Amino acid sequence: MNNVNRPLSPHLQVYRLPLTGIISITHRMTGVMLSMGLVFFVYIVSAVAGGSSAYSEMQDVMDMWLFRLMYWGFIYALFFHLCHGVRHLLWDTGKSFDRDTMDQYAIIELSASLILTLLAFIFI
Amino acid sequence: MDYRSPLAKVRGLGSANAGTSHWWMQRVTAVALIPLSYWLIIFLDLSLNASYQQTAAWLASPFNAICVVSWVIAVFYHAAMGLQVVIEDYVSPEGWKITSIWSVYLIFLFLALAALIAILRIILAG
Repeated sequence: MNNVNRPLSPHLQVYRLPLTGIISITHRMTGVMLSMGLVFFVYIVSAVAGGSSAYSEMQDVMDMWLFRLMYWGFIYALFFHLCHGVRHLLWDTGKSFDRDTMDQYAIIELSASLILTLLAFIFI
Repeated sequence: MDYRSPLAKVRGLGSANAGTSHWWMQRVTAVALIPLSYWLIIFLDLSLNASYQQTAAWLASPFNAICVVSWVIAVFYHAAMGLQVVIEDYVSPEGWKITSIWSVYLIFLFLALAALIAILRIILAG
């Protein structure tokens, strides 16, 4: 049991993650950030419930560049989390586990989430 | 002294079926959230850019209200379950683990109720 040469699990700080690994930890981080962002949703919907003066006050706050930036970060994180979530659902069926497919899907996810964010920016 | 039978111990240690249902509900809410995200984005866009009357009228219309309420229920459940898994992975002291998971669930329940009550107020006012 005291063998020091036992294999280590891929530790985040000392192991260069493959693309799928980077995307996997990003999925988790975006999940945590989106969860925190829900506080903003509660704030916004409460402002709508609060009447027109509370509403315009909220709009002024959300108009500040920092919050705008956070808003678009939230939208991008949402699309990324959604795209990688779809892949998790695919994985759950037992498909697409070989390395080439994984890298290919990673590129598709990253571009799809960027395109969706761009479409939201242009059309909404 | 532990009076539990070996079977009871095994049941207490293992998944006792809770793991499967947790995993399953994470997927069910995930699938529900894919289409429902559309209503979130429309709502956020209106709230940030449209007039008060426009946003309130949009949210007060029955179909939009149903979709946003469904989104709220699914998303807060999904988020609490996801954060639970993150806590279970990175917080090892048992006491901290349990109290932080409880806190997450209570906070997200509170936030979900706050959102639902706000939506209800908008519907009743409109």
